[in-house]
Amino acid sequence: MIAAMSFRKAVVTAASPAESHLPLQTLVDPEGVSRPALEILFDDLFAAGLESAAVVILPGTRDAYLRAAGPHADRLTLIEQTAPRGYGHAVWTARDYTGDDAFVLLVGDHLFLSRRETSCVGQLLAVAEKHDGCVSGVQPTHESQLRLYGTIGGRRVPASPSIIEVATMVEKPTPTLAEQELFISGLRAGNYYCFFGIHALTPAVMEKLDRGVAALAEGETLGLTATLAAIARSEKYLAVEIDGQRFNIGERYGLLRAQLSLALAGPHREEILTMLIEITANSRP
Amino acid sequence: MTSASNTSRLVEIITTGDPARRDTDLAAVCGELDADGLLAECALLDDFRRDAENLYERVRALFFLYAIHRFHLPPKLPGGEVGRIPFGAYEHLLNRRFAEAIDGFLAAVKANGPGDALSSALASAYHELAFQTLADQVRRSVRTVRGNRWMFRMGHPADHPLRMRGEMLAAASDGCFPVLRERTPVRMDLSHSGWSDIFFLGMDFPEGARVVNVSVDLGVHGRDAETKPPVEAYLRVIDEPVIMLHSVDLKATARIDNLGEVFDFAKDYLGLLKAAVIAAGIVPPGIEGSGKRLERLLERLVGPGRGIELVSSVNDIPKGSRLAVSTNLLAALIGVLMRATGQTRSLTGPLEESERRLVLARAILGEWLGGSGGGWQDSGGVWPGIKLITGETAGEDDPEFGVSRGRLMPIHHVFDDDEIPSGARRALQDSLVLVHGGMAQNVGPVLEMVTEKYLLRSGREWEGRKEALALLDELIDALKRGDIRELGRATMRNFRGPIQTIIPWATNLFTETLIARAEEKFGDDFWGFWMLGGMSGGGMGFIFAPERKAEAQEAMQAIMLEAKQQLQHALPFAMDPVVYDFAINSDGTTADLHGDAAAVLPAGYHRMTAVGGGAELEQADAGQRESESLDSLLRANGFDRELHERIRDDLRSGRIGLAQNRLAATTVIEDVRPEDVLDLSSDEAAARQDLAGAGKIGAAALENGEVAVVSLAAGAGSRWTGGAGTCKALNPFAPLDGAYRTFIETHLAKSRRIGRRFGTPIPHVFTTSYLTTQPTRDFLASVDNYHYEGPLVVSPGRSVGLRMIPTERDLRFAWEEMPQQVLDEQQQKVRDSARSALIGWAKGAGEAADYTDNLPLQCLHPVGHFFEIPNLILNGTLRRLLEDRPQLRTLMLHNIDTLGADPDPVLLGCHRRSGHGLTYEVITRRLEDRGGGLARVDGRPRLVEGLAMPNEEAEFGLSYYNSMTTWIDIDRFLALCGLSRDRILAGDDEAIGAALRSLAERLPTYMTIKDVKKRWGHGQEDVFPVMQFEMLWGDLTLLPDAGAGFFVVPRLRGQQLKDPAQLDGWLRDGSADHVSSLCEWGRVSG
Repeated sequence: MIAAMSFRKAVVTAASPAESHLPLQTLVDPEGVSRPALEILFDDLFAAGLESAAVVILPGTRDAYLRAAGPHADRLTLIEQTAPRGYGHAVWTARDYTGDDAFVLLVGDHLFLSRRETSCVGQLLAVAEKHDGCVSGVQPTHESQLRLYGTIGGRRVPASPSIIEVATMVEKPTPTLAEQELFISGLRAGNYYCFFGIHALTPAVMEKLDRGVAALAEGETLGLTATLAAIARSEKYLAVEIDGQRFNIGERYGLLRAQLSLALAGPHREEILTMLIEITANSRP
Repeated sequence: MTSASNTSRLVEIITTGDPARRDTDLAAVCGELDADGLLAECALLDDFRRDAENLYERVRALFFLYAIHRFHLPPKLPGGEVGRIPFGAYEHLLNRRFAEAIDGFLAAVKANGPGDALSSALASAYHELAFQTLADQVRRSVRTVRGNRWMFRMGHPADHPLRMRGEMLAAASDGCFPVLRERTPVRMDLSHSGWSDIFFLGMDFPEGARVVNVSVDLGVHGRDAETKPPVEAYLRVIDEPVIMLHSVDLKATARIDNLGEVFDFAKDYLGLLKAAVIAAGIVPPGIEGSGKRLERLLERLVGPGRGIELVSSVNDIPKGSRLAVSTNLLAALIGVLMRATGQTRSLTGPLEESERRLVLARAILGEWLGGSGGGWQDSGGVWPGIKLITGETAGEDDPEFGVSRGRLMPIHHVFDDDEIPSGARRALQDSLVLVHGGMAQNVGPVLEMVTEKYLLRSGREWEGRKEALALLDELIDALKRGDIRELGRATMRNFRGPIQTIIPWATNLFTETLIARAEEKFGDDFWGFWMLGGMSGGGMGFIFAPERKAEAQEAMQAIMLEAKQQLQHALPFAMDPVVYDFAINSDGTTADLHGDAAAVLPAGYHRMTAVGGGAELEQADAGQRESESLDSLLRANGFDRELHERIRDDLRSGRIGLAQNRLAATTVIEDVRPEDVLDLSSDEAAARQDLAGAGKIGAAALENGEVAVVSLAAGAGSRWTGGAGTCKALNPFAPLDGAYRTFIETHLAKSRRIGRRFGTPIPHVFTTSYLTTQPTRDFLASVDNYHYEGPLVVSPGRSVGLRMIPTERDLRFAWEEMPQQVLDEQQQKVRDSARSALIGWAKGAGEAADYTDNLPLQCLHPVGHFFEIPNLILNGTLRRLLEDRPQLRTLMLHNIDTLGADPDPVLLGCHRRSGHGLTYEVITRRLEDRGGGLARVDGRPRLVEGLAMPNEEAEFGLSYYNSMTTWIDIDRFLALCGLSRDRILAGDDEAIGAALRSLAERLPTYMTIKDVKKRWGHGQEDVFPVMQFEMLWGDLTLLPDAGAGFFVVPRLRGQQLKDPAQLDGWLRDGSADHVSSLCEWGRVSG
C-alpha cells in the first residue's frame, strides 16, 4: 500500500547573484499580456494545487520580488540567503518554511511550458502524490548539454515507462561517465535523463541538508544533487519524464527562446510565425 | 583415405558443444582425407561460413579453409595441375574485397579444376578475410565500450561536452597556467599464457586468457641514479588557440592549428600523442572530416583564444623493450587529458578502478586509431603492483554478447600484501636482472601466427597452450611463496616448453647465446630465463641467486655486448644492449598538479623549446664526419661517378624511371609452350623424360670436379629485416636438425653432401658486396668455414651505386599506379599520411639528389645481381678457380634464400645434355610469386622481370616463376662476353673489364625504389624510400647468343624464403624437412 503524499508548499530558488534578476524579467504570456517571469511561474504552481511558496532571494531584492509576484504576492514567503554557499544551502534556508511538509522545489531562472493540458508541475505532482518519497522531473537531454544539469541513472518502472526508479544521480557528468553509469534504455543514442528543474521532495531532504550545512567548512559550498543522490541510495526515489519544455532564461538567447515558445503556445501563433518569416527573409545573412 | 561425403566433419568440429571435439586438430582430420574429400569439405565449409551468424564459428571456418588450401590440399592434388589465378579476383584481393576475391577464385576452380596456384590464392584470401573479420569485431567492440561511444557521435564543436577543469585554468601571477603531470610505470609480464592476451584469443577463449604482469619503475643501470616511473605526460593550457605537441625522446614538436592535422598520424613522430588527443575525447573521432575549425573546438574546451600543450617523455627507454612503453605512454597521455577535462573524479593522485578500465578502453581505441594494436595486458602500468589479468565471459549487458564468448575488456585482480607478501616482492627484485638485448623486431607476424594456430587447434600448439595455463598457476604459487628459484625454473620451462612449442621463432640465436653464456658463467646460480612480451631479443629477464645479482648485472652487460658484436651483421640490432635497474611500482599511474611549469617540465622539453638549442650544431658535426666516410667508401668500392651523373640527369628529365622500366605496351606477352621448357616439376613429369643418361652425365661431372656452386650473398635482404642493413646470408634463420643455421651454413651443407657422395669436394663461392664482404669473411673465419672440405671463396663486389632521393613522379607511380595491397581502413589512413609526408621529404631534400643523410653503408646500393658473375671474373676469383681446377666447366648460381637448390646430378646432366649456355630453373607460380616470370615475348621465350611487365595483368597469364637458380656453362658465358678461358687465365684485366662492360651495355637498366632504415635516438627507426638502379641476371635470356634454356623444377627446390613471416609455413609444409634432407652439417666451431 503506497501512502499518499500531499503537496501544499513550493520553494523557488533565485538567490544566485548572477541570476537573481532573471525571474524579474518581463515576458509576454501566451495570451499576449506582459508579465514578469516569476508571475508566470506562480500561475502554474498555484494552478496545480499548491497553496503557498517561498522564494530564496539575494538580500536587497525583496521589494522587486514582491512587485514581480503580482497577484500572488500574498502567498509568498521571501527568504534571504545571506551568503552564496551553493544550491543545497539555498534550499536549506527554506527549512523553517517547509517544516515537516513535503514541498515542490523549482529553480527561479527557468520557465516551464507543458505540451499537455496539465502543467509541468501538475505532471510531477500526479506521480508524487501517489508515491511515498521524492520525485524529480526529468527530460531527455543531449550529451552535449550534460555539463549544465544533474543527470540520473536507473531503470524504468515496467508498468509506467515514463517513470524511472532512480539508482544514481550525478551533477554535470561528462558523457564518458554518463555512458558508463547513467544509461537508461529507451532513450535515443547520446541522450540522458537530466533534471527538468522541478522536484517533489520529502522533509528528509531538509534533514540531510541540515547535516550537510552543519558539516560545511569555511569557504565550501553545498550542492543539492549529492544530497538527492544520498536519498536515492537509501530509499525509493522516482523520476518522471515531463512532457514539456524548460527554458533557462539565464543562458544566451534563453529569454528569447522562452518568449517565442510562450508566444507560439497561444492564439497569436500565426502572427508570430509570420513575423519570424519576415524577419528571416529580411535579415542580413 | 576417405573421400567425399555430404556431411562435413569439419563443420561439426566447429559447431559442436563438446569441448573435447571442438578442440580437434584440423591436421588429424585432413590427414585421413584424399583430395576429393578435402575439396568436398572445402565446399561445405565455404557454405557454412557464408551463413554462420556466430563470429568465431565463421572465423574458424575461414581458418580451416585457409589451412586446407595452404597445407593439406596442394600435396594431394594430381601432379602437373597448376591453374591460373584470375587477375580480376586478384585485384579484389588487393583492394580488400575478400569475399569477391574468393568468389572469383572459386569460379576459376569450378571452370578449370583445382590447382596449386588457385589454392595459394584461396589460402591468401581466406586468411585475409579471417583476420579482417576479427579486426572488424575488435573495432566494433572498442567503439561500443561504454564511455567511448559518445566520441563517435560528436561531429560539431558546438556539441563538445567537455570543459577544462577550473584548476587547470587558474593562471599564476606570471600568466602561466599550471602543469598537470601523469607518471606511469611500465609493465613486465611474468607469463602471458601463450600470448593469450591477443584480443582475438581473449574474446573466444576467455577462460584461457590469463596474464600476470608487474608494474615497474625503471632506470638504466649505470646511467640513472634511481628508478622512477619511466613514462611521463604533461599537460597545460596555453594562451594560443592551438594544440602544441612535444615528444621529448623523439625531439619532435608540432603546432597544430587545424582539425585535419590532428588525424594525420604519420605526418611526424607525434602520431601517438595525436591518437591520445583523439582517444581522450579532446578532439573526438566523430569530428574527423567535419571541416570545422580547431579554434572553435578549443574555445568550447578551454575558452576563447586558448589551447593546450601536451608533452611526452619516456626518459630515453629504448624501443623494443617489450615493456609496453608506447602503450603505457598512450595510457598516460590519455589519463592526463581525461583528468583535466573532468572525465575522472580526481584531478590528481591514483585513479579509481573504473577509471583505470576506462583509460584501458581508450588506450585500445588509441592504438586502433594509430593503426597499431597490442594485447589487452599492455596498459598494465596503469594498475599498481602485481596483478592477474583475465578474460571475462560476455554477459547479457555486454556489446559482445551473442557475438563472441568473451568480452573485449579483461578484469584486473591486483594482488594485495596478504597474497604476495612484501618479502616475496623484494625477493623478486633481488634476483631479476632486467635487460634490453638491443634487437628491435616486429612482433606482428608472431601475433598473427599465434592467432592462426589457436583457431586451427594445431595439436602440439594446443597442448602447449594448456601447459602454459598450468604453468601460470605454478608461477603465481612460486611468487606467493617468494620462491624465486622455483619461479625461475617455471619461467624457463615456459620459454623452453609452451612458448617455443607454439612459436619456435620466439627465440633466436642471440637469446640462446645469452642463456648459454649465463648458464656457463653462473652455473646453479642462474635460476632461469624470462621472456618478456611477444618475443625475445629485446627486453628480457635473467634470474640469478640474489647474492650474485650485482655481479650478474655487470656480467650480462658484457655478455650481451660481446654476443651483439658477434651477431650484429647477422641479426637486426637497433642499439647496444642495456641493463635496467627496476623496482615494483605500488601506485600505478598517478598525477600531480604544479604551479611552476619551469620546475616540473623535463629538461629535454626546455632544450627543445629554447631558441637554437645546440641540436643543429651536433647534427652538422655528425653530418660532416659521415660525409667523409661515405666518400672513402665510394672510392673503395668502384663507384662510377660518371654513370651516376648520367642516371641522375636521365631521372630528372624523365628519360628513366619506374614507368620507363616497362616494356612497350604493344609487346606481346604470352605464356611459354610445353616445348620451351623441360618439365621436371614432379615425379610424374620427370617420368616422362629420359633422365637415366642425364644422371650419369651429372654424376661423372661431379666426380671429376667439373662443377662449382655460386651463392649470391651480396644483399641485405630488405624484406628479411625491413631494410636494417644486416647480411642476410649470415642470418641464423631457423633451427634445423637441432641448431640455428645460417643461410651460408645451409648452402655449404648441401654442397658438402653432394661432394661427399661423389667423392670430390665442390668449390663454393659466396659473392658479396661492400656491405657483406668483410662481415662474411669474419663470420666464416669465426666458424672455421664450417669445416667445409672444398675450396670456399668469398668473391668481393667490384661495383656500387649511391642511392638517390626519389622523385615525386616515381613515388607516385610506385604508390598510386602499381597495384598493391590496400590495408585495413585505419592502417591505410596512416600509410597514406606517411606517404604524403615522404613525398614532402623527397621534394624538400631534392628529387634525384644524392641520398647521404644516413650511415654511409646505408647510402650505398648494390647494382643488381647481373654483376655477380662479371665481378667474379673481374676480381680474379674465376681465374683462381680455373687454375685450381682446370676441369671446371659448370657453375650453379643461386639466390641466398633458395634453400632447396643443390648441385643435383640429374639436373646437371640435363643441363649438360641440353647444350644450353645458361639453364634457368623456374617453378610453377603461386600467388606470392610476384615479379615477372618466364614468357614468350614477341614470340621468343625469355625471363621478364616484374619491373618490365607492360602491365600487371600480363604476369597472371604466365605459368612459371623464375627461381634464379642457373646452370652456367663457363666457356659459353665467356664467349658471350667475347672472352675465353685462356684470356681469363692470362689475367688481362683491361680486356676483361672492357668485355664485361660491353656485355652490360646490351642489357636494360632498371630504376627501383627500396626501403632503407635510418636509426636514431634510442632504438628509433625510420624507413625512407630511396631510388637506385640495377641490372638483372635474368635479362641475359633476351640475348639470343646466350643460349638460354629453362627447366621447370619442383617447388621445394625453387621456392625462396624472403620474409620471416614465411618461416612458420615453411616449417609446417614440409619445406624445412626437405632442406634438412639435402644437408650434411659440418662440425661447428666457436
